[in-house]
Amino acid sequence: MDATSHSFKRNVHARLGDEALQANLRRFGGGFADRRRDAVGRVDDFEALRDRASEIRAEVLTHLDHWLLAFEAEATRRGTAVHWAETGAEANQILLGIARAAGVQRVIKSKSMVSEESGLNAVLGAAGIEVTETDLGEYILQLADEPPSHIIAPAIHKSRDEVSALFAEHHGTPLTRDIPALCEEARQHLRPRFLQADMGVSGGNFLIAETGSVAIVTNEGNGRMVTTLPRVHVAITGIEKVLPTLDDLSAILRVLPRSATGQDITNYVSVLTGTRDAGADDGPEQNHVILVDNGRSRLLGGALHDALRCIRCGACMNHCPVYQNIGGHAYGWVYPGPIGAILTPAFLGLEKALDLPQASTLCAACEVVCPVRIPLPELMRTLREQEMEQGLRPWHERLSIRLWRWLALHPALYAVATRWGIRVLRWLAGKDGQVHRLPGLDGWTEGRDMPAPQGSTFRDQWRTQLAAREAQGKARAAATPVAMAAAGAARSKAP
Amino acid sequence: MRIGFFVTCLVDAVRPRIGFASIQLLEAAGCTVEVPAAQTCCGQPGFNSGDRASGTRLAQVFLEQFESFDAVVAPSGSCVAMIRDYPGLFADQPALAERLQRLVSRTHELLDFLTHHAPQPLPAGALPLRATYHDSCSGLRNLGIKHQPRQLLATCDGVDLCEMRDAEICCGFGGSFSVKLGEIATRMADNKCNHALATQPDAILGGDLGCLLNIEGRLRRRGDQRTQVLHVAEVLAAGQLAASGELPAPGQFVGMPVTTKD
Ligand code: SF4
Repeated sequence: MDATSHSFKRNVHARLGDEALQANLRRFGGGFADRRRDAVGRVDDFEALRDRASEIRAEVLTHLDHWLLAFEAEATRRGTAVHWAETGAEANQILLGIARAAGVQRVIKSKSMVSEESGLNAVLGAAGIEVTETDLGEYILQLADEPPSHIIAPAIHKSRDEVSALFAEHHGTPLTRDIPALCEEARQHLRPRFLQADMGVSGGNFLIAETGSVAIVTNEGNGRMVTTLPRVHVAITGIEKVLPTLDDLSAILRVLPRSATGQDITNYVSVLTGTRDAGADDGPEQNHVILVDNGRSRLLGGALHDALRCIRCGACMNHCPVYQNIGGHAYGWVYPGPIGAILTPAFLGLEKALDLPQASTLCAACEVVCPVRIPLPELMRTLREQEMEQGLRPWHERLSIRLWRWLALHPALYAVATRWGIRVLRWLAGKDGQVHRLPGLDGWTEGRDMPAPQGSTFRDQWRTQLAAREAQGKARAAATPVAMAAAGAARSKAP
Repeated sequence: MRIGFFVTCLVDAVRPRIGFASIQLLEAAGCTVEVPAAQTCCGQPGFNSGDRASGTRLAQVFLEQFESFDAVVAPSGSCVAMIRDYPGLFADQPALAERLQRLVSRTHELLDFLTHHAPQPLPAGALPLRATYHDSCSGLRNLGIKHQPRQLLATCDGVDLCEMRDAEICCGFGGSFSVKLGEIATRMADNKCNHALATQPDAILGGDLGCLLNIEGRLRRRGDQRTQVLHVAEVLAAGQLAASGELPAPGQFVGMPVTTKD
């Protein structure tokens, strides 16, 4: 997928000004967050489940090579072909090779974020193979020719009216606001595609080393058809998705749906192992798994290692006030929100996504909900450090931070600088005690006033007061007038 | 109890009143307060911008300035959260990390200190004020500050605290974020203002000056000159003074408005 993460600020400006999008974002608002809170409230000790899930993911990553090879051996033994792809492009070529060898004309897909990374649909399309997305959200986006804006609710940025208009345009049907009718319409259009397809491409939420299985967690049931109806099934997923055992899967499934959609369990959990049994009448004749690295192994053991624990639940974006205001597309690549602010620079290169690690107030709303306890704010700060160290921040920013640090380490000079700063701000302030425009800090004053300082610094006033207290020997009585005077001064500036 | 007061760079420069209010409250709660003269900043502005040295160097200054006190108190959750992170920055110097750990574990955010650690509880205050409280992120999520301001405000007779929707959602300050990505910060501040104003408050309260400036800046730009934006300490201190009769009648002091609505 082509990235626009380098022009984040421009993306943001456009999204904040897009009234239709803003209305859609507001409409859904904290929906997922509320549902998560309720779901978490229904279990006894969700924090313990988070601990367990985090441990499992952390343990796998420490011995990732071992678990991947174990998965490969077991999957192969059960008739699944395992392919390794270093890049997204390589994954696309492997998949294309499988399709060609099997004479595939039509592909149906269930949701796969890794295939968004690799831009698979475009590659298959260029090779003359028809691709149909069957996840409802992805289907809508395929018609709209847009990328997903959320990892579990890809079309969350679209209103029902927009979907209705899209369906009317592509299906030649009348407009309707009835959501079940829209779903039924999609179902009618997808059914023949399911039946005609000769290859199903799915993602893989998890790989189970113990059984060589691919586990898929869905709500619409399309994943089950994609993986069982066509004669060839290919799962394409990241190398970090492996879990040692089915027990581990069950531990992870306790936190995934609750964190994602606030469901206790999703409508479907499919564990796919090997090919169609002899004599059985469903299941694929060929089963393939493509394990995609695409930058992941570079993170192992490094400063961003913990980000690989991610189980793609989307909770971090559902709780992120930045995401909630700008939507997923502004982030400019496959993964939006806090985890995207880490994975995009990690996978594409920091220089291609300079603003993303900065696109957070570090409010930690993500961290406190992440089911695998990824320290997301800390990782964003780490990336900020890397930007600094690699000289990727503007020179004036680097210079002003060094200057500020130097001053902060020299209290006497710092006091002088603060006194001057206060003077300048008070001079710039209007009669209302607010600075309306502050050269160099336009980022602030474009949308907000800057309340001017009240007077001299606290420490200067405190020194005076301390002397007075000592002179009078009446400690507490002295505190009042100065505080009052300062307060009064600030008050009298207001109209 | 001998307290070292860490005033924080923002309060020092922009709103000294919060510092005086804090000291008044600490003294009322039975503490002896000192203000080490050579303090500057916790280092957060640089540290969160990617300059690790801002954290490590200022951590050492903090240690020098405050190690001798029984406890350290600051009127800001985000500065205290930064300070609590200091020991982790010295993984390669265990002795220093250990010393820092001892100091930071007796370093407290003001409202938390007054609620749980002060030698005696605050005397009751009195102040007619309809207010709503914004939970600043670092205090809330890193330090667990949630009930403390509400409990303290409840001891102040006449303070009518009305909870706003989404009180726990970030106001958009985020230090350098508020300048680097000002457009998003403004939108977030706008949402915060909307939710706060829906409770029709005389004052929007908080425990972190950065957030308060962000919210006030947006309010004023929207043309609201009436709604006050105050640190909880300012309200509590005024309430104390009023209750002890040291101030003129409510409505004429410390920049607090009387409730004008019915
Ligand atoms: S980072 Fe955590 S919260 Fe975000 S998608 Fe991954 S697992 Fe979910």
